[in-house]
Amino acid sequence: MRRTMLYLPGNNPNMLLRGHLFGSDGLIFDLEDAVSRSEKDSSRILVREVLRHSGFDGREVTVRINGLDTEYWRDDLAAVVPCRIHGIRVPKVDTPQTIRDLDDALSALESRASVPIGATKVFCLLETALGVWNAYDIATASPRVTAIIPGGEDLAADLRTSRSKEGTELEWIRRMMIVAARAAGVDALDTVFPSVTDEEGLRREALFTKQLGFDGKSVIHPAQIPIIHEIYDPTEAEVEKARKIVAAAREAAARGLGAVSVDGRMVDLPVVRRAEFTLERAGAMTEGGAR
Amino acid sequence: MALNAVKRDIPSRIEGYGNTGEKLFEGAFARKPEGFRASAMMRSRGPNDPTKFLGSVKEAIAASGLKSGMTISFHHHLRNGDFIVNQVLDECAKAGIRDLTLFPTALFGVHKAIIPHIKSGVVRRIMGSVNGPIGQLVSEGGMEVPVVLRSHGGRPRAVIAGDVHIDVAFIAAPTADVGGNMSGRAGKSACGSLGYAFTDAEYANCVIALTDNLQHYPIAPISIPGTFVDFVVQVGVIGDPDGIVSGTTRVTRDPLRLLIARHASKLIEASPYFKDGLSFQTGAGGIPLAVTAFMKEAMKRRRVRGGFGLGGITGYFVDLLKEGLLKKLMDVQSFDHEAVESISSDPRHIEISADWYANPWNCGAAVNELDVVILGATEVDMNFNANVNTEADGALLHGIGGHQDTAAGAKLTIIAQPLLRGRIPCVVDSVHTVTTPGEAIDALVTEFGVTINPRRRDLIDACGEAKGKNAVPLVPLDELAERAKRMSGPMSPLRQGDRIVGIVEWRDGTVIDVVRQIFPENISS
Repeated sequence: MRRTMLYLPGNNPNMLLRGHLFGSDGLIFDLEDAVSRSEKDSSRILVREVLRHSGFDGREVTVRINGLDTEYWRDDLAAVVPCRIHGIRVPKVDTPQTIRDLDDALSALESRASVPIGATKVFCLLETALGVWNAYDIATASPRVTAIIPGGEDLAADLRTSRSKEGTELEWIRRMMIVAARAAGVDALDTVFPSVTDEEGLRREALFTKQLGFDGKSVIHPAQIPIIHEIYDPTEAEVEKARKIVAAAREAAARGLGAVSVDGRMVDLPVVRRAEFTLERAGAMTEGGAR
Repeated sequence: MALNAVKRDIPSRIEGYGNTGEKLFEGAFARKPEGFRASAMMRSRGPNDPTKFLGSVKEAIAASGLKSGMTISFHHHLRNGDFIVNQVLDECAKAGIRDLTLFPTALFGVHKAIIPHIKSGVVRRIMGSVNGPIGQLVSEGGMEVPVVLRSHGGRPRAVIAGDVHIDVAFIAAPTADVGGNMSGRAGKSACGSLGYAFTDAEYANCVIALTDNLQHYPIAPISIPGTFVDFVVQVGVIGDPDGIVSGTTRVTRDPLRLLIARHASKLIEASPYFKDGLSFQTGAGGIPLAVTAFMKEAMKRRRVRGGFGLGGITGYFVDLLKEGLLKKLMDVQSFDHEAVESISSDPRHIEISADWYANPWNCGAAVNELDVVILGATEVDMNFNANVNTEADGALLHGIGGHQDTAAGAKLTIIAQPLLRGRIPCVVDSVHTVTTPGEAIDALVTEFGVTINPRRRDLIDACGEAKGKNAVPLVPLDELAERAKRMSGPMSPLRQGDRIVGIVEWRDGTVIDVVRQIFPENISS
C-alpha cells in the first residue's frame, strides 16, 4: 500500500529517526529540495547512517536523490543503495533514457554491494511537460519503475502557470498520469498538497485524486497522513459489501455457476475484481478469501 | 550516611540544613503529621492606630521590623513579570540588612538581578526553586548554605507545620485597598489567582501588600482579606504585564510533540477514569496543552462530561468550562488572559490556595480528587523515578512545582516527554536526582508509545482492550531505555563534588534526594 509517502528532510536527524512513528505507508528521505547545496555531503552521510542503524517498522523506505542533471546523484546512489532500501525517488525525469542511465548505475551498485539486481525500485517524478508527455515510455523503460508521480511547483512553472488552490493546471495531467500508469502496470502516486494548515483543501484534493484512481499521495507534514488514510481506506459499508461480493463469487465458482447475484443484483467479473481490491486495501483478504 | 526509600545516600547531617536522621524519605504516604499547627505573632490595629498605608517599600521595611538573619517570603503569581523581589532586596541592601533567608514560591529569569545580593551576603539562604542563572550559581557552589526545594504543597505544609517561620511576607497585589484587602483579578498587573500567597498571609509575623492599583475600601471580590495585612504600599508598577500573563496560549504544531500528546490522550481514553466526572490537570507546556485539545475532541466524541480542571489554568481549560465539558475550574495560578478574565467573571472558576491545592497535611487537598495529571521530567529511570530538578550536566535548573503533589494525588500520573531532548536521553538507568518516586508515577509517554509502570497491571489490561483507531501503542521500559542508548550513544560520566548545594524534600518534609556541586566543565551553556 502506498496511500501516503512522507517526505523527511535529509538534514534533520530528529525527523529521520522518528518519521516512521507517524504511520505513513512509506518514507522518503529527501536529499534534493530539502537540502541546501552546502549541506548535500553531510546530509548524504546522515541519511546513510540512519538507514544503516535504524528500523522503520516495516515501512517502505525510499530516498529522493538529486536529479541526473546534477553532480550529486551518483554519490547519493552510492551512499544509499548498499543499505538495501526499497526504492529511489528520482526527480525531473524527462525521457526513458534517464531511467535507462539510472538502471545501469543501480545495477552496478547492487552488484558491488551484494544486493539482488533489480531489488531497488524506481519512483519517477515527472516534473516537466516533456516528462509528462513521455509518461508511458518512462514507466516502461525499466522493470524497476514501480510508480510515476506528477510534479507540483516545477511542473506548474514549466507549464508557464502557477499552482492554484483548485489544482486546475494539474487536472489533465493527473488524468493522463492514471492512464499511463495503468497501461504500464505501475502505481500512480499524487504530488504533495503544499498548504499544511488547509485540511479542507487537502481533503478535497485527495478525494478527487482517489476518484481518478490514484494509489496514494506524497505528504510533507505528518498531520496530513490520517486525513489521506481516512479517504483512501474503504468504509465499513464498502468492506462489508465487498466481502459479500467476493464470497458470492467464490461460492458460484465452486458450484460451477457463471453468474453471481448479490442482494438481488447481478455482479460481473470487474465488480468482483474491484471488491477484491477493496478488501486488499482494508487488509481484509485472507489466504482462503474473505473473512 | 543512610539510604532512604528510593536508595539515595543521605548524610546524617547536612551543613546549613540540619540532621536528617528522622527526615529520611520513607515512601510517598509514609509520614503523618503530629502535634499542632504553627502560629503567627498576634497583632491588632484599632480605630485610633495610624494608617496601614505607607508611601514606599523603604518605609514598609522599616515599619515591619525586618532585621538581618530573618526570613522573607515572595510568591510567583507575577511569574517572569515580577518586579517586587528585586525591588525589596534592593531596599534591604540599602538598609544594610544581611543574611536573609529568601523563601519564594519560585524565582524566574527576571530575578537574576538578585545575584549581586547573594554574592554580597544580603541573601544567605534560599528556600524555594532556583531556575536559570541563579540555579547555575547555586550548582557551582555559589551559596554557602544549600538551597531547600519544596513542592507547591510541601511549602505550605512546611509553614503550617512550623518547619519554616516567615518573618515578613511581601505580597504583590494587582489590586488592593487601604485596608490591605487584595485581589489579582483587576488592575494593569492583573494576574488572576493569588493562590500561592494565602498561607504566608496567614502565618507570617508581618504581611506587606504592595500594589500599583490602590482602590477605596473595600474592594470586591477580595482574595486575601486585610485582617492579615499589616501594611499597604503603593508602588509605581509591580510587574510587566507581558511577563505576567501570556497572550492566547496555542497548541504546538511540532509533529513529534503532537504525536506524544496523541498517545497520552489515547491512554487516558483507554483508562477507567475516562467517564463522566473526569477531573484532570494538564498545565501550560506544549505537550500538555495539546493533550487538553485532544481530550476535548475525545470528550465530545464519546459524550463524556468532566468534573473539574485543576492547577495552573489556561484558556483551553476555560473553553472546556464554557462548553460544559468541565463543571468547575480550581485555579492556583492563572496562565493567560482568558484565565484571568474567566476567574474574574465566572463563579464556577474557583481561586484556591497552594495549601488547598496540594498540601499533604490538611484534610482535603484538591490533588487527592484528581483522576489524571500530565507532567514532564528531565529524566525517568528504570524504577519510574522522575527527575525534574537537575539537567544531564547535574545543574539544578528547575523547581518542583506541583509535580510531587499531583503525582501522589492523581489516580493516573502520566509523564509525557520526548525520548531524547537533542542528544540527551530522557530514559536512563538511574536518575541524577529523584524528585518524585516511581511509586507515584503510572505511565511514561514518548513518541515511541506508552510505557506503563508494571505495578499498574489494570492499566496495561485496559490498554490491551482498546482496539482499532483507539489502540494504545505499548512499549516496555527496557526496550525504550535500549532505544535511547542506541540513539544517543554513550554519555560521559558526570564529575561532581561532595558538597551538597541543594536538598530536595518530598512533600511531607522528608529528604528524598540531595544535589551536589558541579564543576564548570560539566555545564552546558
